[in-house]
Amino acid sequence: MVKLSFLLVLVCLPLTFAQAQDELLKLAEATDSAASEAVSGSFKATRLVNGHSVETNGEGVLLFLISHRFGTLNSGAYEFFGLDQATLRLGLEYGLTDRLNVGIGRSSLEKTFDGFLKYKLLQQQTKRGMPVTLTLFTSTAIRSLKWPDEEESLDLEHRFTYTHQLLIARKFTERLSLQLSPTLVHRNLVPARQDENDVYALGGGGRFKLTKRTSFNAEYYYLLSDQTREDFRNTLSLGFDIETGGHVFQLIFTNAQGMVEKFFVPQNTGYWSKGDIYFGFNISRTFDLKGGEEW
Amino acid sequence: MRQLTLLLAILLLSSADVLAQERFFTRTGHIWFFSDAPLEDIEAHNRKVVSILDVGTGDMVFSVPMKEFEFRKSLMQTHFNENYVESDKYPKATFKGKVTNIQAVDLERDAAYEVRVKGVLHIHGQDKSIDTVGILEVRAGRLLGKSTFTVTPQEFGIKIPRLVRNNIARQIDITVDVVYEPFTENSL
Repeated sequence: MVKLSFLLVLVCLPLTFAQAQDELLKLAEATDSAASEAVSGSFKATRLVNGHSVETNGEGVLLFLISHRFGTLNSGAYEFFGLDQATLRLGLEYGLTDRLNVGIGRSSLEKTFDGFLKYKLLQQQTKRGMPVTLTLFTSTAIRSLKWPDEEESLDLEHRFTYTHQLLIARKFTERLSLQLSPTLVHRNLVPARQDENDVYALGGGGRFKLTKRTSFNAEYYYLLSDQTREDFRNTLSLGFDIETGGHVFQLIFTNAQGMVEKFFVPQNTGYWSKGDIYFGFNISRTFDLKGGEEW
Repeated sequence: MRQLTLLLAILLLSSADVLAQERFFTRTGHIWFFSDAPLEDIEAHNRKVVSILDVGTGDMVFSVPMKEFEFRKSLMQTHFNENYVESDKYPKATFKGKVTNIQAVDLERDAAYEVRVKGVLHIHGQDKSIDTVGILEVRAGRLLGKSTFTVTPQEFGIKIPRLVRNNIARQIDITVDVVYEPFTENSL
């Protein structure tokens, strides 16, 4: 009997210890569970496909972005299915703070310079609070291509186009993030008399993560009314992201040739159904400029 | 009679004191890790660690919110959370263990005591037994705890792709630095 109770005590002792630890752990976990955390990594890159995503670079991070669009796939074997031609945009984006980014770029299409500001106003939270991430985006694009008729040179202001966007995204699960991007493009000079200067469009898209480092992205810009000529199309873009450390590669199929908003939102002529599909890529590399200050 | 009451009061007070000091607590514990890799050193600090130490039994627990690890490079922090520890799926790392020689620590005497800690570390949904030594220092009613130990990502099922294998060290040194205050009802 004595032996039995001794045995019981021996068996129970570690058990009660383990229980005490569980109880302590519950107590410890309870005290920090109140804090809600910011949701990070809604998208892998600062671009969804053609358009911007809600993501911003961290403070002191410089991002170098090389974007390329070849010619259309339907241009045939003679043009090597578009690979003989290419338009290029080189861009730099810098994080002034974790939320405020500034960027510049130069496209070969119409020799366009562009500059933008991007500010992450709201950040999605895990438990309670903010359900979405909201980023404000505003950009200016300047056409520097010479006017076709040198004699009839237009004023400087006719070279400017402005874009304003609200980027609203929610990371629904680890894999799925969706974004809505109401967009206003203001053009100082329009291609034809029927065109409005202000074009409203609704962008939408998302990503689905296939593995930890790859994702499938889609993006659609819908022109809200007939402010543009009939032959301008909505833009559908599909992308495949591959992330390797500081690089993100985005392989892209899209019916838009340009890589700034003024091209792919209001003046896109490509038909997916007819094979006006441009293959291209974005490659981004980040550099940390903050230096090695001590902790 | 007066002497008796005084004695009683002292007795009562001291027993209450002992009871109150049974558990020590912190919610601002500091844990940091360092990995020395060929390409770049990786370092991250977490100052939101919750820990409770029961000096009666030696039971010791830690609760570590993974997203609170701060890296100098924001991209590293994103990769840490997204690709390696998967903080959305496994938001907390925990440690459940025991200071096996807690009797050696004399709370009445300010000094540094070497202690042995055994327990189970839980990261990324996986358990690993830890057996390490540390220092518990008694200083003016507080307990200062320090320890360093080494883990590898593989032990916790954290896979590192071949492409970036050279960027991340095989061994990661973890340092724990906590200042425990006596636990009271107000601590929560």
